[in-house]
Amino acid sequence: MPPMPGKTLYDKIWDAHVVAEQDGEAILYIDLHLIHEVTTPQAFAGLRANRRPVRRPDRTLAVADHNVPTEGQELGVDAVADEEARLQLQTLGKNVADYGIEFFPMGDIRNGIVHVVGPEQGRTQPGMTIVCGDSHTSTHGAFGALAHGIGTSEVEHVLATQTLRQKKAKNFRVRIEGEPAPGVGAKDFALAVIGEIGTAGGTGYVIEYAGSAVRALSMEGRMTLCNLTIEGGARAGLVAPDETTFEYLKGRPASPKGGAWEMALSYWKTFFTDEDAAFDREIVLDAAKIAPTVTWGTSPEDVVAVTGVVPSPDSFATPDKRASAARALQYMGLSAGQPITEATVDVVFIGSCTNSRIEDLRSAAKIAAKALEGGRKVAEGVRAMVVPGSGLVRAQAEEEGLDEIFKAAGFEWREPGCSMCLGMNPDKLTPGQRCASTSNRNFEGRQGRDGRTHLMSPAMAAAAAIAGHIADVRDYL
Amino acid sequence: MEAFTRLDAKAAPLPLANIDTDQIIPKQFLKTVERAGLAKGLFYEYRFDQQGREIPDFVLNQPAYKGAGVLVAGDNFGCGSSREHAPWALMDFGIRCVISTSFADIFYNNCFQNGLLPVVLKAEEVQQLMDEARGGNHVVSVDLETQTVTSPSGAVFTFEIDPKRKAKMLKGLDAIGETLEAAPAIDTYEMKRALAQPWLEGA
Repeated sequence: MPPMPGKTLYDKIWDAHVVAEQDGEAILYIDLHLIHEVTTPQAFAGLRANRRPVRRPDRTLAVADHNVPTEGQELGVDAVADEEARLQLQTLGKNVADYGIEFFPMGDIRNGIVHVVGPEQGRTQPGMTIVCGDSHTSTHGAFGALAHGIGTSEVEHVLATQTLRQKKAKNFRVRIEGEPAPGVGAKDFALAVIGEIGTAGGTGYVIEYAGSAVRALSMEGRMTLCNLTIEGGARAGLVAPDETTFEYLKGRPASPKGGAWEMALSYWKTFFTDEDAAFDREIVLDAAKIAPTVTWGTSPEDVVAVTGVVPSPDSFATPDKRASAARALQYMGLSAGQPITEATVDVVFIGSCTNSRIEDLRSAAKIAAKALEGGRKVAEGVRAMVVPGSGLVRAQAEEEGLDEIFKAAGFEWREPGCSMCLGMNPDKLTPGQRCASTSNRNFEGRQGRDGRTHLMSPAMAAAAAIAGHIADVRDYL
Repeated sequence: MEAFTRLDAKAAPLPLANIDTDQIIPKQFLKTVERAGLAKGLFYEYRFDQQGREIPDFVLNQPAYKGAGVLVAGDNFGCGSSREHAPWALMDFGIRCVISTSFADIFYNNCFQNGLLPVVLKAEEVQQLMDEARGGNHVVSVDLETQTVTSPSGAVFTFEIDPKRKAKMLKGLDAIGETLEAAPAIDTYEMKRALAQPWLEGA
């Protein structure tokens, strides 16, 4: 008999969670369900209508992040000015109380963006299945957990059954090898990958990131990379756990302790891709060839090296893509052939589930500190805001004095939340404003109606704040 | 969930790639605790200008496409966020079927929870439908039972669909009730997991 073929990391997590299988569809057990105010009210309403309990409130964790204002949080939810947002936040508070779900409300130091809080609390662990009604749930794949976004009907399904009906996806490996140049990091890797495969390139796949450049990333970097996996069309991204992962997890509030830690560690170490495992698709990128990368258009696949120029719509292959590119140029107020560094910015946003962790803030603060040394600050007329991903990230940054650097350089230091990533709260662009943003989507209207978003790394965004236009971070190191 | 069997309806062409869920339903409409009433936000920034006036050029604002039940769109429709408000808004507006060359995974999945049929056709077939939908007669027929789309001129295109999803959609079945029938298997799984991974219990 031929030997059994090896399994990928994805295969292993999948196999460990199949409760039952019929007609190619599995009932997959869910280890951790993260919830927030925007995508859950209708799910709880559904439970009530059908008199169904929440099966595992202990495996569910709630935060308030999308709608919250990023100032005055100590005033509490009742002081939130936007009536609809307030109702949604209050509804979450009532739902978690009724069903006995742990909740970090707005203003609690543990509250923050759901994809920052889960890992920070040690709730996110290797080998788990994790879902949330938010597409950037892919972030948690950085720990070697199968994590992806679901819709509200599925949120209701998970609340009621602690399982999800799923068809298995295909395996896609992205290897990034070698050493990146100074000023180039996880965000640039992610944008380069999306530029390479396109926003639909990962549709139907789970992507495992591997290679020496991925291994060398911190957990924060891996989270950035996995976070953006959905922008390449794949619902989930994975990085196999290693010492970096275990080191990060040790001592976190929900991490196993004592004898259970050793037991967990030996379980977690079983989650890696076997050498003889087969992938349905594989690509390899050379980290050394990746430049600091920014987007020029209204889709995350519209990427260009910071040294490059805005492309012409004629350079696209299909009529729908040409139409979209022409529309994007008009929307963005750019013309083909223009160097991307000519784009002047009105707003700089450092934050979001992609880039609001301590390492992100450190890398931006480094650029700000360097500018201060040279007697420079945020360029005149530019509004630059820094929004930490959680209360704990904010506290850590303050302990390190990063807030002082930011404030001295002319950045606003704000309270945690999703903020300007999606403009569901008071932080929005006004029509025509151009923003250097560390977030994840440059869609039309995403940060505010007719707002123009350029995605980039925290260091690049800080450099743009100082320069007043998109700038090559390598000139600001 | 509403069942979907067969639909004869006007098809509106939307020849753009990567129409994301922020376009389908902008964030200001997500601050609701209801499923109903989202039609007002559908394609809001395509339909209305900054002053809230209708943009007459946009296809769904044109009288000829009033009451359209089918959208024919460019590649990778529904990419972006997981918001189920996107299918809810389309359904609330009266759209029961979207035809494209491909759909983003989460959106595709969400459609099946709501009786909105996503149909994948070949690029040339979508192009032909797009061209015909621009013409005077733009009524198409979508038949889930036979897995066919019939164009205004009578061309018949067949599409693939997962048999299980098709069966549920034809009957309008709720997935939770079905899964709860497997409750004993979930109980067993949880007991095994509690022994193997005790650190996940009683957290």
